[in-house]
Amino acid sequence: MRDSVVSSKQVADSGLWRPKRSLSRWSEWIVKIVFGMFALISIATTAGIIFSLIFETIEFFREVPMWRFLTDTQWTPLFTNPQYGVIVLICGTFLTSAIALLVAMPLGLMAAIYLSEYASFRVRRWLKPALEILAGIPSVVYGYFALLFITPLLQPLIPGLQTFNALSAGLILGIAILPTIASLSEDAIYAVPQNLRQGSYALGAMRWETVQNVVIPAALSGIVASCVLGVARAVGETLIVTIAAGQNPRLTLDPRSSVQTMTAFIVQVSQGDAPTQSLEFKTIFAVGMTLFGITLVLNIFSFWFVNRFREKYE
Amino acid sequence: MTMIDSNPLPPEEGQPPRYKPALKRRYQFDRVYATVALIATLLGLLVLLLLLFDVFRDGLPRLALNFPDFLTSFPSRRPLRAGILSPLIGTLWVLVLTMLISIPIGVGAGIFLEEFATESLLAKIIEVNIGNLAAVPTIIYGLLALQVFVRLMEPITGGRSILSGGLTLALLVLPVVIVATREALRAVPDSIRQAGYAIGTTRWQVVRDHVLPIASPGVFTGVILALSRAIGQAAPLITIGALTFIAFLPPFITISENGVPQIQIIDGLHSSFTVLPIQVYNWVSRPQPEFHNAAAAGIIVLMIVLLLMNATAIYLRNRFQQTRY
Repeated sequence: MRDSVVSSKQVADSGLWRPKRSLSRWSEWIVKIVFGMFALISIATTAGIIFSLIFETIEFFREVPMWRFLTDTQWTPLFTNPQYGVIVLICGTFLTSAIALLVAMPLGLMAAIYLSEYASFRVRRWLKPALEILAGIPSVVYGYFALLFITPLLQPLIPGLQTFNALSAGLILGIAILPTIASLSEDAIYAVPQNLRQGSYALGAMRWETVQNVVIPAALSGIVASCVLGVARAVGETLIVTIAAGQNPRLTLDPRSSVQTMTAFIVQVSQGDAPTQSLEFKTIFAVGMTLFGITLVLNIFSFWFVNRFREKYE
Repeated sequence: MTMIDSNPLPPEEGQPPRYKPALKRRYQFDRVYATVALIATLLGLLVLLLLLFDVFRDGLPRLALNFPDFLTSFPSRRPLRAGILSPLIGTLWVLVLTMLISIPIGVGAGIFLEEFATESLLAKIIEVNIGNLAAVPTIIYGLLALQVFVRLMEPITGGRSILSGGLTLALLVLPVVIVATREALRAVPDSIRQAGYAIGTTRWQVVRDHVLPIASPGVFTGVILALSRAIGQAAPLITIGALTFIAFLPPFITISENGVPQIQIIDGLHSSFTVLPIQVYNWVSRPQPEFHNAAAAGIIVLMIVLLLMNATAIYLRNRFQQTRY
């Protein structure tokens, strides 16, 4: 660098080309600072999420003791005699997410196996993007479909199915998270080295035996991680469950009945005109904090699981 | 090394073989397995087709009913007169704002991480952080925006305004834009950068004049795909208080009394708003079937907007794919 300064001085003395080195150094510096600040916005977002949730949650727990929040079995914050048993909302979320996982895990895994092990190159080129369209459908559209197509379809088949019910919401929620599970599982299966498969074939195994005994065990960490991420998405999904599962906070595991999830409660309060200092307003932050905590734990678990149980191949 | 007889236990005289290949049965099961896997794959697509069929069956007659009226009239309490003018315009404005905010910030951050701060501790922390942000439920972004944009920054954003909506969605797509930018930049061969340095340019000059232009189709494809996700979002905007019944347009351009058009950016940005997914949600939640049909018609319009955006992304990708280095 020193040399170039000297040489540019010589050039300048000779009255020929005069590069504006200081200007480009300045602009380089400014660009670096500005873009660096832009990059910090992503960290500021995380900090913002945590702080904005924590402050209101602390305010909430000043008025409602934490043990009541965790142990009550009723959720009636909008009534005159309010009860704050968040377990009711967690139960609703658990019910819809569990149904979703029961749909999405077998379908997603089989789809991943078909795409990576059985499909020809041409079939795969069409099927994979087609499946990914499912991920691009807005959740309000899925909600419409669950409430106005699936529920009327199921009602003659399942006696006692309410207009708003956890079952249709969960089924469609499963379709919504299907692409997540299918494409992440497929990545994991695709990453299993070809040697292992060929070794299995050389021993005389069929394709399905190879898949069952060699490929899936080798890709297990990725498959489990994809399912956990799928569940995290199902837990955070809002409009499907708000539209199709209803707004009925009830502690039940009956999929035919209407339930309220954590996300649906936040929507319910946001739609009303809760004044910013009211307890209702603080309640959505306490529920949001619970939701954030659950998805965070699921994500950390999937990270940990992948790192702990990943099979490494040279 | 000794040779091992690979022939599995030749059958002895008079005794049945201990190992049964059962080839026929196993081949049959393989076919069954493949069929089941194919059916599982197609089941997802079947649901997609059913969904499209259902939406079009319910929505097309409503959309066709005195055709352009649905697009050019405001939402109404009377289901057959309700239209989607204000949600459609709201969606387009929020889209424009999200784009204006998220593209410079996201692309800038991507450039910083990929070209200036590679391998640094900061870049690693941000990378992990972005991975986490992508998994945060969208409604949590809504709660963040409610605190920061609607309450804290109310003098700037005007509270529950179109600007707050744009900021919220921009925050939501930012991680995706950053990741897309980094991937597009990474695909540019290093020889381009080396050639730039060799003739004495700074890093920024190389990025500005060479790397970014080459990477731009990839960047735009990623940005458009991210934005098309944002357009379908209703949850974070409901949380910040986008209304469900808006019978006016944001006053970005107004015609004054003497017929001169006026541009009022501040009033426009501070206007309250609604978007298509929220309007659809509102109509779905009502009991009357006429509103459900209006919701389906709204979904068709929303899907057409999404289709146009995705088609643009695919076009860009195919158009510029040949010019790889």
